[in-house]
Formats: sequence, structure tokens, C-alpha cells
Amino acid sequence: MSRAVVRTSRVPLGSALGFTITALILSVGAYVIAGYGKRGQLPAKFVIYAAIFAGGYALALIAIRRFAPAADPALFATAGVLVGLGFAMIFRLSGGLATEQATWIVVGLAAFVVTIVAVRDHRMLDAYTYSIGLLGLILLMLPLVPGIGRTINGARLWVQIGPLGFQPAELGKVLIVIFLASYLTQKRELLQVATTRLGPFRLPAPKHLAPVLFAWAGSLAILFLQRDLGASLLYFGIFVVMLWVATGRAVYLVIGVVLFAVGAYLGWALFDHVQLRVDVWLNALDPNKVFDVGYGQLAQAQLGMATGGLVGAGLGQGSPGLIPFASTDFIFAAIGEELGLLGTTALLLLYVVLVGKGLRIALEARDPFGRLLATGLSALIGLQTFVIVGGVTRVIPLTGVTLPFVSYGGSSLVSNFILLALLVRISSGPAPGRAVT
Amino acid sequence: MERQIRRLGIGLLVLFLLLFAQVNFIQVFAAEDLENNPANALRQLRTEYSVDRGEILAADGTTVLASSRRSSGDLKYQRRYPQGDRFAHLTGFYSFVFGRTELEQSFNDYLAGEAAELLPQTLADLVLGRDKRGATIVTTLQPELQEAAIQAAEAESGDVAIAAVDPTTGNVLALYAEPTYDPNQLASQDPKVVRAAWDELNEDPDKPLVSRASDELFPPGSTFKIVTASAALENGFGPESTWPNPRELDLPLTDATIQNFGGTHCSGGAAQITLASALQQSCNVTFGEVGLELGAEALAEQARKYGFSAEPGEDVIPFDIPWVSGVFPDAETFVERTPAVAISAIGQQDVATNVLHMALVAGSIGNGGVMMRPRLVTEVRDPSGRVIQEFAPEDFSEPLSSENAAALTQMMVSVVEGGTGTAAQIPGVSVAGKTGTAQHGEGEAPHAWFVSFAPAGSPRVAVAVVVLDGGNLGSEATGGQVAAPIARAVIEAALGL
Repeated sequence: MSRAVVRTSRVPLGSALGFTITALILSVGAYVIAGYGKRGQLPAKFVIYAAIFAGGYALALIAIRRFAPAADPALFATAGVLVGLGFAMIFRLSGGLATEQATWIVVGLAAFVVTIVAVRDHRMLDAYTYSIGLLGLILLMLPLVPGIGRTINGARLWVQIGPLGFQPAELGKVLIVIFLASYLTQKRELLQVATTRLGPFRLPAPKHLAPVLFAWAGSLAILFLQRDLGASLLYFGIFVVMLWVATGRAVYLVIGVVLFAVGAYLGWALFDHVQLRVDVWLNALDPNKVFDVGYGQLAQAQLGMATGGLVGAGLGQGSPGLIPFASTDFIFAAIGEELGLLGTTALLLLYVVLVGKGLRIALEARDPFGRLLATGLSALIGLQTFVIVGGVTRVIPLTGVTLPFVSYGGSSLVSNFILLALLVRISSGPAPGRAVT
Repeated sequence: MERQIRRLGIGLLVLFLLLFAQVNFIQVFAAEDLENNPANALRQLRTEYSVDRGEILAADGTTVLASSRRSSGDLKYQRRYPQGDRFAHLTGFYSFVFGRTELEQSFNDYLAGEAAELLPQTLADLVLGRDKRGATIVTTLQPELQEAAIQAAEAESGDVAIAAVDPTTGNVLALYAEPTYDPNQLASQDPKVVRAAWDELNEDPDKPLVSRASDELFPPGSTFKIVTASAALENGFGPESTWPNPRELDLPLTDATIQNFGGTHCSGGAAQITLASALQQSCNVTFGEVGLELGAEALAEQARKYGFSAEPGEDVIPFDIPWVSGVFPDAETFVERTPAVAISAIGQQDVATNVLHMALVAGSIGNGGVMMRPRLVTEVRDPSGRVIQEFAPEDFSEPLSSENAAALTQMMVSVVEGGTGTAAQIPGVSVAGKTGTAQHGEGEAPHAWFVSFAPAGSPRVAVAVVVLDGGNLGSEATGGQVAAPIARAVIEAALGL
């Protein structure tokens, strides 16, 4: 394997503590304000939820200090603010959902700690390329298995086993990124060699192009079989980006864009629901359609954000209940209505910080696998955020994915915490106490 | 790899900038357009009704005319009018179906907490997660006087409109018109209740939503003679100037004549009559002569000074709520219509006004010839009670000199002391007044008017009353019999007698 990476530069406790306490104050503060906005009083479960946030963030901080002492101190805090803000918004929308989300925050933080402790060195993962890839693929395809797969809101994304429902693709996404980082690190030299000429482009040998076509076909399969436009777009985008970064060959980006265009056209030509998505995107605010199904929900998102204006109605003061799926896909619009442009700008900046820090970690990683993995994970957060926020704000057609760390939903939250733990791990290098050779 | 990662970073940043630009577009640049989208009606409504709308208070600062309280319904706050139908034409209503009227509309910026002065408060409430609160409006209205006016009006079977104004400040102390309505039903949060009330009010031929005290115009009849008398005094005639006293006045260019009330001959048929005596007896013949002598130009000029506009709805007298002030046509409309000049001089034909306007006119005579702008709101207080806006009394015009005002006051006192308005006499108080009995259609009972102020030397209140279609007495009604007693009751209440 590659040369040992041992960092001794322990981050000062003060800055790590400062960031985490700031995240805690913002999280609990937003929740308290939402409580006042909603009922004019301190929320009834204030002590419980404040303890969950304080205890959870403290445990996460301890785990980072103990097992990843050199990790970027702001990384966890940035995600912590996002989680807190999302929780406040979910609580404001529904006390019941907030209770569930709190449970998932606990599970997510536990998954975060377990990942940091278990994955003592991210390069461990490089040894299981195909096992991880296969597991990721299985998770992706699981909802298609008759009997346990469930179709909710038109997309076959859910698996129901007994009382437990989850979206396996959320974790599958992270595994696929790990697989791609590992696979592409190993194959990148082969993929870099250009042998064939096609017009102005020099292409790799057809057999090396196969993975691109395979990923494209896979993404189309997700679109066809699960009718999940968002995930399909996301997988293909991540794959092309990682391929490009791994090989340094811009031609893959070009091929990717062309294949995406073809895929998008095929989807549009073949599926009514894709055509509807495009029409909703273009005509959501058409006065003749604003009350129609589909158009209405996107219209309400726009109107909510517009009504929020610069400073928003205030947490608990707007009518985000008028926006369908306000706690999941449309949570960005709900935040826009109650916290205004200030809130949405802050939210976007937090993602810029998170993604920027992720890419910074990638640049600073000494091994190619860690570098590519950090790139892939950061790109996943960045693209997923763009896909959902762009969809909600009508920059692109709406495709349902969650807003990382903010949306209600256990599968997404837990997977994002695992993703975050991996970034923390790469940022810090191997856990202290065991030499890696 | 490093170069690609940096480029990826730039690429993602560009995507986020795109999102940032779009969010700015939605939340700032296109926000106003979007907010008016038909699909946003419910959100706008909820936003509007999530404000703890400010109170409208009477002059005493404690009597609540309109207030908001938390509602258990879909909309957070419910508007209430504790005084029922008493002040409806002044507060107006606040309905989620039919919008706002009167003070609810004209002071909406303050009541809804939108005014710039309230911004610090609003921001503080926002940060603390409290409901936005509106400002309190303090009016000039006196609940006891309004109550006295209502009781006097209810004792009369016909529809009555009453205005009581402080001549020195223009403060509207009481303003009441029958029929009125209960704004609580229109402010209901049940659309069925609101629509039912709305339909009923609009199907009523008497139009209760429209105030007959300030929104409609009626011929003022002989009460307009105080305007004609003002014009005479301002044009060099004195109270003792004498005029020919025929039984009836032949109008030029026609066979028509002007007759005195009941066809009587003023001053027992004397050959000459003074201006003062003609006002005391309300001689139509004399004032027809005065009108012809002065001409349309002088009459119109005097009417303009009193705030009469050439066309209805020009609203030359500013007021805190929408209203319709009196009308006297431009002089050129009388060209080749000389008879109309004489008829208009006695307050018929082309002249129309209402009690609010006539109370201001009468008051300006008592106020030494200075007409005040009618004032309904004195101050605005923020939710913590601090005064954030004050409205001082304002002069509107000087329709006549103080000497002429004093002379006319004396003439109006004699109307009450020994003329047509004796029913308005109050022991120990010198009341100045003028009666009017206005024809407004063949076979219709006349409108009975009385305009007045008291005490005559230093008036504290000017009162105008109209009893529509004669009231109890029908076609036999005169202003002196029907309207003067109502005015007296209101003056007594205003003076605390």
C-alpha cells in the first residue's frame, strides 16, 4: 500500500470546542425560537432535546478528539448547524416528526462515532473494492425485490421489513462512492491512455470505456425501474466527476455530458412523468395551473420563499404547512419562508463551507484513494444539494432527493453522518495508537 | 488530480452561485409579483391575520372601538368591534373576504404594523419570535356623545344623520347615521357568515354600509342660507341691509317663482326686510333676491371657501377616512340659467351636502371665520404605549372675516331665540342655529335640517342634523320642528348639561 501517513498536528482543543459549542447554541437556539414562534413558550420537550444535542455533539467531539485528533475542527460543527436548523424547522412543522427526527439524530451521531472508531484508517476500505461495490449495488436494487420493496410518491425507493422502513439507496450512495474511489484509483492509469481518435477527441480503448457505459446504463436502469430521476442524475454525475478527477481526462466529462443529454432525452421521450416534471418546472406559476397537482407544490414553494422575502416570517410565523413535503424535499422552501433570504443564504454558505472543506481535505490527503474518496463524498453532498435546491427554486426540473443533514428522514441522516465521519477520518489521517505500514 | 479537484471546486461554486442568484431573484426581485399570485391568497391571508392588529380607541383612550384577540380558527387573530354598530361608519370593517374600509383601511399601515416608525418594534418581535403587533389609533370620538346622538336619533322614527364637531380643532366628536351595520359579522372568520351578512347589507335598499352622515349628499335647503348670507356679508352687505319684501319672487326668463315656506309673506308683509330678519324667518324670497344680486360667481366663490367642490367626489376637504363633501357647481354652469342661481342660494337644485360638512360650515362661523380640517385621529401609539405620531389641528380655510363671522353668529342666535329654530333653545346657553326643510322630489317628504353651534360666544361644539324624508312628521316636517330638538339634545350632551 501507499506510504504511511501519520499526522501529529493535533488541533487545539479550544478551536474544536468553540466550533462545536457554536453549533450547539445555534441548533438549540433555533429550536427554542421555533417553540416560541409556534406556541409563544419554551417547547415542552426542551430539556430532552437540548440534552440530546448537547450530549450527542459532546460525544462526537470526544470521539473526534480521541480517534481523529488532527481532523478539521469545523467540519463536524458545520454539519451540526445544518442538522440543528433542519430539526428546528421539522419541529416547527410537526412535533411528531421532530420526535422521530431526534431519534434519527441520535442514531446518526452513533453511526458517526462508530464509523470513526471502526474505520481507523480510511485505506482499510481500499482493500474491499468489490465487496463494497457489490453491497452498494445490492442496497440500490433492494427496493426492486418483490415483497419488501415499496413505492412511495411514485418512486420505488423504500424497503419495508416488518415495522422498519428505510431507503437503502441512501447508504448505497456512500458505498458506491467508496467503491468508485477504490476502483478508479486502481484503474486510472489504464483509463488515462488514449488510443482511438474520434474527430477532435482522443478516446480511450473501447474496453476501458466500458465502465462509463456501464454506469450510464445503470443510471438509466434506476430511472426506468425505480422512476427515481434524482438518484439517477446524482449517480451518473458523481461517476463522471470521479472518473474525470481520477484520470485527469476532460474527454470523460464531454462523453458524460453527451450521454447525460441522450439519457435525459430518452427519459423525456419515454416517460410521461418526466415530461410532466419538465412542464411543471417551466410552468409552475402559470395562473391556470398553479392549483393543479404537481404544479401546485412547486408553486407553493416559490410563493413561500417569496413571502418570506429578505428576513422571513420568523420561525413558526409563516405558513410552510401550505408547501407539500415541507419537511423533506421542500424543506429549503420552508426555511426560505420563515427565515427569508438571510436564512437561505446562510444555508447555502454552510454547504459551500462543507463542500469546500471536503475538497480541501481531498487536496491535502496524501494517498490517491483518500484523495479521490474525499472528492467523491464532497461532490456527492454538493451535487445532491444542488439537485434539490435547484429543483425547489426552479433552476432545474425538480427531482426528489433529500437536503443533506437538513431534511427529515432517518436513512438520509444516518448515511450523511457516516459520510461525514469518513471525511473526518481522511482529514485526520489514521487513528493514533496503531502504526500503519 | 489536484488540478481537477480545484476545478471541481470552482464548478460546484458556480452551481451554488446560480442557486444564490435564483434565491435572490425569488425572495427579493420577483417577490412582490409572486406574492400576488392567485395561489398565494391563503398564505397572504394568514400572514395578514398573524398580526396582532392595533386597537382603535375613542378620545378617552380607554373605550375600545376595534381590537384583535387570538382566535382558535385557521386565522390567528380575530377582529372585534365591542361597540357593535355604533361606530361602524368610522372604524369601517376588517373582513378577510371583502377587505377593509374607513379607518381600518386608511390607517392600515399603522394598525397592521407596517409603518416605518414601527420597524424597530417589529424587528424585536421577529427576533423574539413574538407575533407582529400593530399600532394603536386614538380617535377624537366621544363615546357618551355618540351614545346621546344615537338615542336622539332612535327616538325619531325616520332615518337620522348627526355630526358633532369641535369648531376650534375640527375634532369629530360624534358622527352617526342610520341605518348602520354591525362590522363584527363582516369580520367573522366563517366565510358563510361573512357572505350572508354582506349579501344582506348590499341587498338592503337603504345601503347601511354607506354613511348618510358623510358618504351621501342631500340638498341642504335653508341651512345653506348661512353660506349665502356669508357671501352677502363678504360682499359689503350688512345684517341690517334692507331688501324688497314681495310675497313671491318672480324668476327671470321663466314663469316660475320662489315662495316662502307655506306661501307666507315675511315680516307680516312689510315692504322691506333686513338680511338678519330674513335669516331669522328663513325667507326664501329674500335669499333668492340676495342670490340674484350677488350672482353665481360670488356664491360659488363663497361655497368654495367653505369647501364645496364643483363636482361630487373631488374631496377638497381632507379627512382621515374617505368621504364625500358638499357640492356647489361652477359659476359658468349658471350661464343662461339665472333662475337656478336664486334656487341654489336657498340650498335647492344644484346644491348638495351632508351633516359632517354642514357641521364644519356652522362651526367655522362660530370659530371666528376659520374653518378647521375635520380631524378623526389625534395620535398613534406603538404597542408599548409610546406616541409615535401626532396629528395637530389644521386650518382648512377662512371663509369669512371675524367681524362678519360675529355678525352672522348674532343672526343665527336670533334664529334660535325668536325665529324658526326656537326648539333648539337651551336655558342658560346661547345657541346659534339655522333650520332647513329641503325639497328633494315631487311628492316626497322633505329632509329636515338643523345646523348649529354653542355656546355662541365661544363654541365648544357644532352640531348638524338631518332627518331624512321628514321623519315622524313626514311631509309636514320642518327642520325647526324635527331636527332642532335632536340637535339640542346633542348640544346638551356635549356641554355636559
